[in-house]
Amino acid sequence: MSKIILIGANHKTAPVALREKLSFSGDETLAALEHFKQDDRIKEALVFSTCNRMEILYIPETGDQIDAVIQFISDHKQLPVSEFRSSLYVHEGDAAIRHMFCVAASLDSMMVGEPQILGQVKQAYKTAVKVGASGVLLNRMMHKAFSVAKRVRKETGIGDNAVSISYAAIELANKIFSDLSTKSVMLLGAGEMAELAVEHLMNHNVKNIVVANRTFENALSLARKFNGSAVQFEEREAALADVDIIISSTGATEYVLTRDQVKRAMKARNHNTIFFIDIAVPRDIDPGINKVSNAYVYDIDDLKNIVETNIQQREQETVKAGRFVEEALVSFRKWMGSLSIVPTIKAINDKMTAIVDMEFEKTLSRLNHLAPEDVDAIRRMTRAIASRAIHDPVLFLRNTGDHRDDSLYLNVARQLFNLDLPDPK
Amino acid sequence: MAGYGCYLFHQKDRIQRLSLGLTALAVAIHLVAVIVQGIGMKGLPIHNLVQSLSMAALAVGGMFLYIQYRFNLKILGLFATGLLSLLMLAVVIIPDTAVEPDKVIRGFWFFAHIILIFTGEAALGLACGAGILYLIQEQGIRGKNPGFFFKRLPSLDFLDMVSYTCITTGFALLTFGLVTGFIYAKAIWGSFWGWDVKEVFSVGVWLVYAALLHLRLYSGWRGRKSAIMSIVGFAMLAFTFLGVNLILGGHHQDFTR
Repeated sequence: MSKIILIGANHKTAPVALREKLSFSGDETLAALEHFKQDDRIKEALVFSTCNRMEILYIPETGDQIDAVIQFISDHKQLPVSEFRSSLYVHEGDAAIRHMFCVAASLDSMMVGEPQILGQVKQAYKTAVKVGASGVLLNRMMHKAFSVAKRVRKETGIGDNAVSISYAAIELANKIFSDLSTKSVMLLGAGEMAELAVEHLMNHNVKNIVVANRTFENALSLARKFNGSAVQFEEREAALADVDIIISSTGATEYVLTRDQVKRAMKARNHNTIFFIDIAVPRDIDPGINKVSNAYVYDIDDLKNIVETNIQQREQETVKAGRFVEEALVSFRKWMGSLSIVPTIKAINDKMTAIVDMEFEKTLSRLNHLAPEDVDAIRRMTRAIASRAIHDPVLFLRNTGDHRDDSLYLNVARQLFNLDLPDPK
Repeated sequence: MAGYGCYLFHQKDRIQRLSLGLTALAVAIHLVAVIVQGIGMKGLPIHNLVQSLSMAALAVGGMFLYIQYRFNLKILGLFATGLLSLLMLAVVIIPDTAVEPDKVIRGFWFFAHIILIFTGEAALGLACGAGILYLIQEQGIRGKNPGFFFKRLPSLDFLDMVSYTCITTGFALLTFGLVTGFIYAKAIWGSFWGWDVKEVFSVGVWLVYAALLHLRLYSGWRGRKSAIMSIVGFAMLAFTFLGVNLILGGHHQDFTR
């Protein structure tokens, strides 16, 4: 039976600096696949590289070729093996298949459940198909990986929950406003997490971004970064009339926006909904604002609570997703087993046919008095005997069961009939 | 309704599509049945409580399909089918008393009055549904506890917009319904206004919705306040539709015998 091997490094095993060195660009991926295609020791291959992982999935012609593939990575990336060998993981057989299924289903991602990974895996597979580096086994395996990923996405809530502070804030914004692209954002102060939230909001094409900072120069440079506008910090109350989402992250020791200020601003904005995301510690936004009609305030603790709840929910969903992966693995293994059964049966059949033909010819050479129709009848009879003799063993081999190790019986059959089968192509 | 209940828990689009399809089929069959009954009676089948409730169910079903087509607010089906089930259950349970068709309740103005009032009330009923959904979602967000409904309900803005559209549509239909009712009253009883209990309550409900729209436009009564008002308004509307006839009487009582 063919062996499936996966060699790779990801965010769990390699630091970002090493991952950068190991990653394959589009052209490098093509070159690597061409190399594997030409290499007689490798039957099929697929190269998958993103910012968080580099993985080579392959089927060796003989042996496992692990050292050869690692050497190829070293030569191709011009990195000494010693520099990255300890960061690599090598999975063989079921472990490799399971790993690939988990990767496609986003169970092995840094942000479990993130949807981009499946598209990236599909792209890697398409590239392998285009080059002609993938074959029967990898084609089937990758399609199985896509179907399990789809099932995980559809039947578990694994990708539903925001598990970072900034994502949780965006998720809330999406449940408050129907269309973020028509909304304006004001950033008060500047903090790493606040900037991250603004970047996420920009991905939702928010209408515009206003930056207010005690140091106006800083506000200007941030506004340039986000392609927005800057206002003086003292203008923040007036700005509330025109913005819908406020992300606050100043170092102030007192509230920078109070309930009374917001109440006044609500009249100016015709009581349209306003959402405050307070990432500062100590808090910038008066929590009393949350009692004002159509105004919502979430501080860092509120967001953390949501994230923790989401993480707990996600862990429950991960167990379910793991079960789907195992089911897919069993089904794929069964299919792989059937690949070996067919040539084994054919080999047994051929061997028996060869034996009876040989004995028939030997016997026939001493029986010259037989008529041609008698010869045919005897030939048919010997072949029927051969066919009948192997009928039950063949039936036994064909009847693959869920609760037996088919590879064991195949091995026994091969030894019983002394078959030396090459691996199926 | 069971389908929409399943959809609430499992969030499978195919369950919602099936439920919507079955609802559309039921509304179509109901419409055909009402038309057949109307042809048989040579007028609108609205001569007793069963027929009135049946007409109300048809109006709610039709208006729900329109709102669904326009906004695709899938979860509103849960409220709409719940209301439909309640109305049709009453139609099945309440004895259908044989009534001689009244020759007085015929003609264009009567027809227009009934159609406009019933569709208007159906739209305001759906506004109440959207209002309830808004309050559920808002409660989770404001209470910092986005729970079971958080993922299952759309954004507050969207729910508010659907509710507002239903209110404006319902209010416009109700206004024309009242006007055609006054014209019909003038044609039959010789005066636009007869201080009938139902007339008084209907105008009262109309004023509540007028106040809601005014406050929304000029005082920013949107979101939570608007949602509460739409629920209160619909409760008054339901009382006006049934309670007034059954408890307080008046010349509209004939429709709910």
